[in-house]
Amino acid sequence: MKTLLDPCCDRCTHTPETPCRDYVRCLTEGPICHDDPACKAEKQRLLKEIKPNEENQQIFVCTGTGCASCGAHNIVDSLNEEINHQGLANTVNVVPTGCHGFCEQGPTLIIEPRQILYTLVKPDDVAEIVQKEFVEGERVERLLYVDPLTNQPATTFANANFFAKQTRVVLNNCGFINPEKIEDYIARDGYKGLTNALQKMTPVEVIDEVKKSGLRGRGGAGFPTGLKWSFCRQAIGDKKYIICNADEGDPGAFMDRGVLEGDPHAVIEGMLIGAYAIGADEGYVYCRAEYPLAIKHLEIAIRQAEEVGLLGDNILNSGFNFHLFIRAGAGAFVCGEETALIASIEGKRGMPKVRPPFPAQSGLWGKPTNNNNVETWANVPHILRNGADRYAQFGTEKSKGTKIFALTGKVNNTGLAEVPMGMTLRDIIFDIGGGIQNGKKFKAVQIGGPSGGCLPDEMLDLQVDYDTLTKAGAMVGSGGLVVMDETTCMVDIARFFLNFSQSESCGKCTPCREGTKRMWEILDKITKGEGREEDLDTLEQLARVVKETSLCGLGQNAPNPVLSALKYFRHEFEAHIRDKNCPAHVCSALLTYRIDPDKCKKCGLCAKSCPAGCITGDKKTPYEIDATACIKCGTCAKVCKFGAVLRE
Amino acid sequence: MEWITLSIDGRTVTVPKGTTVLEACRMNNIPIPTLCHDPELSNYGSCRMCIVEIEGMRNLPPSCVTQATQGMVVRTQTSKVRNARTTILELLVANHPLDCMTCQKMGDCALAEYAYEYRVTGEVFKGQRRELPLDDSNPFILRDPNKCILCGKCVRACEEIQGRSVLDFSFRGFNAQVGPAFNLPYSESECVFCGSCVSVCPVGALTEKKMVGQGRPWEVEKVQTTCPFCGTGCNFDLNVKDGKVIGVTSNPEAPVNGKALCVKGRFGMDLIHNSERLTTPLIKKDGEFVEATWDEAMDLVAQKLGEVKQEHGADAIAVLSSARCTNEENFLMQKLARAVIGTNNIDHCART
Repeated sequence: MKTLLDPCCDRCTHTPETPCRDYVRCLTEGPICHDDPACKAEKQRLLKEIKPNEENQQIFVCTGTGCASCGAHNIVDSLNEEINHQGLANTVNVVPTGCHGFCEQGPTLIIEPRQILYTLVKPDDVAEIVQKEFVEGERVERLLYVDPLTNQPATTFANANFFAKQTRVVLNNCGFINPEKIEDYIARDGYKGLTNALQKMTPVEVIDEVKKSGLRGRGGAGFPTGLKWSFCRQAIGDKKYIICNADEGDPGAFMDRGVLEGDPHAVIEGMLIGAYAIGADEGYVYCRAEYPLAIKHLEIAIRQAEEVGLLGDNILNSGFNFHLFIRAGAGAFVCGEETALIASIEGKRGMPKVRPPFPAQSGLWGKPTNNNNVETWANVPHILRNGADRYAQFGTEKSKGTKIFALTGKVNNTGLAEVPMGMTLRDIIFDIGGGIQNGKKFKAVQIGGPSGGCLPDEMLDLQVDYDTLTKAGAMVGSGGLVVMDETTCMVDIARFFLNFSQSESCGKCTPCREGTKRMWEILDKITKGEGREEDLDTLEQLARVVKETSLCGLGQNAPNPVLSALKYFRHEFEAHIRDKNCPAHVCSALLTYRIDPDKCKKCGLCAKSCPAGCITGDKKTPYEIDATACIKCGTCAKVCKFGAVLRE
Repeated sequence: MEWITLSIDGRTVTVPKGTTVLEACRMNNIPIPTLCHDPELSNYGSCRMCIVEIEGMRNLPPSCVTQATQGMVVRTQTSKVRNARTTILELLVANHPLDCMTCQKMGDCALAEYAYEYRVTGEVFKGQRRELPLDDSNPFILRDPNKCILCGKCVRACEEIQGRSVLDFSFRGFNAQVGPAFNLPYSESECVFCGSCVSVCPVGALTEKKMVGQGRPWEVEKVQTTCPFCGTGCNFDLNVKDGKVIGVTSNPEAPVNGKALCVKGRFGMDLIHNSERLTTPLIKKDGEFVEATWDEAMDLVAQKLGEVKQEHGADAIAVLSSARCTNEENFLMQKLARAVIGTNNIDHCART
């Protein structure tokens, strides 16, 4: 069967060896080199097959890692089977896609062109969906998403608050194309940014355009991308490299995974544009090995781009060469730091190096190297396709464009949300995120991963942009947003993040290697009720030294969760130390379990389940816990059906 | 040469362009503590002891890897800097055995020196310590990973001086340690026992095994000499206590070799006091070797060579010289062969 990528007739001469400069535009608007109504009609027909319309309805099934782990592939199989069974194969097309972003409600599927969103779909629901949607022209009401705030079902996905409040630039294709097909990407204007750059602009003009867009690095530091490119372009070297940092390691962050799984060509196109602007002919994507699906999709995408001549030599007959390779990381968080990442690509132990020299002067194998993260690269095609001005309409004065956040924790709508820079935390957490689970009270939001800070509710109206968050003691970071409710203990959470940082420290510099360990030990002591008043000063002073003297970003930012927790939640630390009390009832050493005799139904389940055998009672007397023998495991509270076991 | 002027602790100093802040301080006798820095090795910037305050720079930059620039204003002894250094030392001491009384390095330990200067108590951070087995696998180097402060000098010395790359870091964070690949003992690794790692270790993690218990640094007289093992001409210090050589240590001022030595030069000096060592020439009389004076021995050799030359001609004699001799000695040997004996039969064991 003919695809969009096949030549329309013998007059088409495009191959990777004999590239045509108009190849990309030809596929969507062509043919360009000759005028033939038959060829044009054929191309339009093939395009129509890809894009959803009434004659070609499409079911976009999220098969990203989250939904795939909930059985999305079974749903794809069942849908295909049912559609064949109903004889709808010519009018309904099942498309396995990357992440829709709505992970909490997965597996999800979207039916186009009617924009119907079905959530928490199971293979058993498939027959009903096909029957109602494509035979009876009705909805399966019970699978529509009900907004927790309004209690109303969303009639289309765009009506759901989760999607309605987002501005999807980078995620525009995610969930609406098959990431394993380059033609899907091209049909949605893919590689047009590259075509513009190669055909109409000099490398310096490309850099100027990126500068004008105001794009800043999405990996955490927020360095202006265009400026970074210009450093590497100006560096002297016979060979230059570019790198895509896909070593996304923050707990609770999965933006880059979403982009690589759902729209790998956007990253490739961004890197092609960057390589052209910088003067590099070789690039590496350093992707963590724990993202097998991202690596698979990227491998397929690179192969397809090579097959049509969008990667390789003399791309689109411009004389520009670019070859792209993947390197899988071996699990070290610190390899997200660019000098450690470069060492890892070179086959060395991933340890950061002192700068200068900066990678722009001496990077991979000692050559000038430019490194941006996945999301930054994926922004670039939009800037070159639509122009810097259109891109810069989103965001604040100093933080332009959009940012993807990974919403996790105690929030209703776990998932990926792309919003314009400058949106408030409140809008992100309560409108898009749907508020706190189980009607609990919001306590804090950890923003920027293990290196970020915990912000309390009085900071909820902060605008999310690079400078505002840094001032508040947090950071945009890579975009992890971990929401905590009243049942989260801030001392315990600081200890959790410190445990992460200290075990992921590379061990090179003293303050990070030894200091994070000692910070963790002090926090551990406090959670066990063994903290002393002076510990807080020691902790704070140590945190500042680690922050000010560590070698790389990991150590410099590792104290942030502690410092921000001490700043905004000091009373919780003091309660642990002075009153030997954990206000959130989390720290087990500070808890006592007691059975409320009025609520106890004397069923004896707690006594049966208690591993310490310290609960006594019988059918006539309410059960009691012997506090001296209790090991505070919490089993009794978990098994009690009447809420009679109290944690105090 | 381009010169730049900067201010350090209120003093105006001028240094060549390309100088680091640390070098600028040391050129002007401004003390900066360092544990991971060594002028013979690449700059690493890991111990963070050399941090200073520099106007306009965020955080506390390490002076060893910060280039001095025109007009830079540096402060090396502010309370902020000293407090941070004290905290870093407290962190190092908290994870370091305090058995200094019996430590071979006592009196020559950089960590102890700075801990004393900065009044570090070791009481601030009490917690887990590394507990790793000693590497006692070989006759030359004693490795105590618990005393290691992970400055990485040995790793760089092995790679940059000796070109062996036997040592590297392994594990992460608090569990990070230095050692040969797969945590093998030195004896099973590719180590050639040049001891460059020992020569740079600032603490008692790497020590010369044969010197353990033989003398304290302040009891030892250091006598600079040239190694007798080969013609390279390496210099080192004989460590002499009570008239007896107890070992060899590198002399950083050695013009030929710096701190580098080979296994023979560094660890082979026990021959000096070996009871089986020949101390006089021996002449075989009636099938037995008998001690003789140098004059007797020389006379005998001259007489025998003269007889051979007279009976069979000069070309019946061949002279073989040694790579253990210096160039000058080898030159004299060929002079002896050609001018005195009268033959061109002169060769050398290192000629291939």
